[in-house]
Amino acid sequence: MTAYLLKRLVIAAITLVLASMVVFAVLQVVPGDPARLMLGMNASAEQVEMLRSQLGLNDPLVLRYLHWAIGLLHLDFGRSYTYSVPVLDLVRERIVVSLPLALIALALSTAIAIPVGLYSASRRGRAGDVIAMGVSQVGVAVPNFWFALLLIYLFAVWLRWVPAGGFAGWKAGAWPALKSLLLPAVALALPQAAILARVTRQALLEVLSEDYIRTARAKGMPYRAVLWRHALRNALIPVLTIMGLQFAFLLAGTVIIENVFYLPGLGRLVFQAITQRDLIVVESVVMLLVAAVIAVNLLVDLSYALVDPRLRSRE
Amino acid sequence: MTAGLLEIRDLSLAIGGHPILKGVDLSIGQGEVMGLVGESGSGKSMTALTVMRLLPFSARATGSVRFDGIDLLAATEDQMCALRGDDIGMVFQEPMTALNPVKTIGEQVAEGIRLHTGAARAEAEERARKMLDRVGLPAEKFPLSRYPHELSGGQRQRVVIAIACALKPKLLIADEPTTALDVVLQKQILELLKDLVRENHMGLLLISHDLAVVTEMADRITILRRGEVMEEGETARVLSEQVHPYTRQLAQASMHVPKRRALSPLEEEMAPKATEGVASGGTSNPIPRPVETTLSILPDISPSRGERTPLLAVKSVSRLYPGRRLSLFRRDTPVYAVDDVSLSIAPGHSVALVGRSGCGKSTLARMILALDKPTSGEIRFCGQAITGKAEADLKSARRDMQVVFQDPYGSFDPRQKVERLVTEPLHLLEKRPSHAERREMAAHALAEVGLSASDLDKYPHEFSGGQRQRLSIARAIITRPKLVVADEPVSALDVSIRAQILDLFADLNNRLGVAYLFITHDLTVARAITDEVLVMHEGRIVERGVTKDVLDHPQSDAAQALVEAAPDLHRAIARKMQEQG
Repeated sequence: MTAYLLKRLVIAAITLVLASMVVFAVLQVVPGDPARLMLGMNASAEQVEMLRSQLGLNDPLVLRYLHWAIGLLHLDFGRSYTYSVPVLDLVRERIVVSLPLALIALALSTAIAIPVGLYSASRRGRAGDVIAMGVSQVGVAVPNFWFALLLIYLFAVWLRWVPAGGFAGWKAGAWPALKSLLLPAVALALPQAAILARVTRQALLEVLSEDYIRTARAKGMPYRAVLWRHALRNALIPVLTIMGLQFAFLLAGTVIIENVFYLPGLGRLVFQAITQRDLIVVESVVMLLVAAVIAVNLLVDLSYALVDPRLRSRE
Repeated sequence: MTAGLLEIRDLSLAIGGHPILKGVDLSIGQGEVMGLVGESGSGKSMTALTVMRLLPFSARATGSVRFDGIDLLAATEDQMCALRGDDIGMVFQEPMTALNPVKTIGEQVAEGIRLHTGAARAEAEERARKMLDRVGLPAEKFPLSRYPHELSGGQRQRVVIAIACALKPKLLIADEPTTALDVVLQKQILELLKDLVRENHMGLLLISHDLAVVTEMADRITILRRGEVMEEGETARVLSEQVHPYTRQLAQASMHVPKRRALSPLEEEMAPKATEGVASGGTSNPIPRPVETTLSILPDISPSRGERTPLLAVKSVSRLYPGRRLSLFRRDTPVYAVDDVSLSIAPGHSVALVGRSGCGKSTLARMILALDKPTSGEIRFCGQAITGKAEADLKSARRDMQVVFQDPYGSFDPRQKVERLVTEPLHLLEKRPSHAERREMAAHALAEVGLSASDLDKYPHEFSGGQRQRLSIARAIITRPKLVVADEPVSALDVSIRAQILDLFADLNNRLGVAYLFITHDLTVARAITDEVLVMHEGRIVERGVTKDVLDHPQSDAAQALVEAAPDLHRAIARKMQEQG
């Protein structure tokens, strides 16, 4: 077990370093001079040159990478070119929106998907299964912003239960903040739930054809109990894998939903930073996401070992 | 016999419209052992699953199945759940997959006890402990907290038996309980079943394809073929009289010994002649073929040189596996999978490598096939060392040495046509054959194994298990190898098919002079078609000699254990005759 854990940790660390190099290198080849963008089209060449050296943009590549990477380790992400505030402050402001949003969406999607998967698998080929899988097919196919518009129309415009957009901020209290995250979370969760339900069903069906399910049935265990006590845990590995990938997506890939709901999240921050060539912000946020994804994958790997004793005893 | 515990009358079963069982009658009395024998597809397992009511959704059963006065076909699912595991227990064929990998053995045994008795966890675990002790898994070595993957196949089967017998069912159904185990384990498990049945006065429905096993165990026997009962009666009477032609056919097939040319290990002069036949285009070969095209690309065999050098020489070969990792920095002591083994095979000879599962015979075979490297020692094939050679230099060795695996289902890509599959080894030839030549050679190889050229454009799923094993053999002989390594080539086959495949092996040995290394735990196979036998035990060869001598008068403990445990139909019938008068 310790060996398994250590190996995963080392792999995670190496991935993080490699990813930081790639992120840094890619942004070096992106066209557009941040100094010129900051100063506007009318700035003189001398002014631009001065700002470039001020920002350290003229230093050698390796030096700039090391400077940046060491800064990251101290949580010093540098200053945004456009906003002239520490990137850390920007990120902190946005992550209190994006992280809860991603977590709520993931929780919702799991809460929908696992029961639907179990239900479908237990009635394979019957009407309930066909309907559930038909609906999930629609869920996979329809983009989340379309759901978002429908939800806004239904719950904000018509029923007036929740605001149509914007973020109340946590200072005003937890409830108004959560209320403004509710619709976007549902819009994000539905397509994810549809995918996850299908994966769960498929994984369960595979497990249900295993010999040990027959052994459990031969003990006199009712079908439902077999499904819960024997099949589900064995089917969890693919489900956990997909959940890990989904969390990464929910944290970063929410630009469109954030725009639909006017949410000041990480996705919008990156999007704006890219259009404004605010490279330091882009680098920092991307690295943050990379770190988050790696951390989630590490957690997924560890949860595999919790689920499956065979992984615990393997090297 | 006492009043019927299980009474099956006129049971017919169809799955998705296909008839599986046709009017089956079968009865088991209390404490009686009923042997249900038949070949694959005869409906043995489906009969068992009908009694358990664990059939696939699309199955429709008619007739009557009464257990202890209850009409099972009319019982509700709740009633069935109450019966399963409590009054009827079941043991399955494949112990490696029959247990849930993520639950401890304690949980899995205790689960059924809690379910049926409503016992508290502690009490159920105590009973589970006693049951595991009873099946030969003592607490010191097998605590309840063990997981299935930490146990061997035989040990896992003991756990499955513990689950099935935990509540002392009135009827135990055992579906091929020992087919996946080696003979020594088979004997132990059968004895355990016998004892449990006697202790608890259980009825036992023992399903097997192995007539010898059933004869040894069963009071009465039912012979099933294509869903119909052929014969039923007291074991001794049915098998000694063999009135029914199918019974006779089964009995003969299980004792079948193929005709082989006389070849004692001393008559080495025979071998080169046979090889010569191949080089000259196979004169003994009844199938016409364009000799020129085929010959030009076949490897040139010069039999005159090196008559006395063995085809295969293995010199003190060892294979060491690093020990299991105990912690980050500590490892267990390394294990010798193969320990200082030497052997040689003369051209055209047929040698059996027998031993229990895990004795190292497959590791040795992998090294001979140059699929694994020995830790020390040397392997020479056709006088050339094959150890430590680069893959490119192994080409000629690979061409002259082919392999047939156990599982005729897993060894073919299901999306490729037969022509492609059978001609796979042809890339080993020096000259690349043209498309027409490949087809020609494939057709010829198929003809040699008793299939026809029209099979070339079929896919593997269109063939039965026996036919697929013929395809494997066709693939193995297409390069005209001098040695074929066969790893349990008939153990997955029914007795009648197995007899045919053994005949085919013998015939190819006669006609083409192919030498064989048969890896098997089945002594009847060894006895049927090998000249010499090597007995392997814990990585070492502990006994070797002429097959008949070794198997009739085994000297080493390991060989004696194997011979003693091997089911033998003659012996079993004789014993039953005495018992049943």
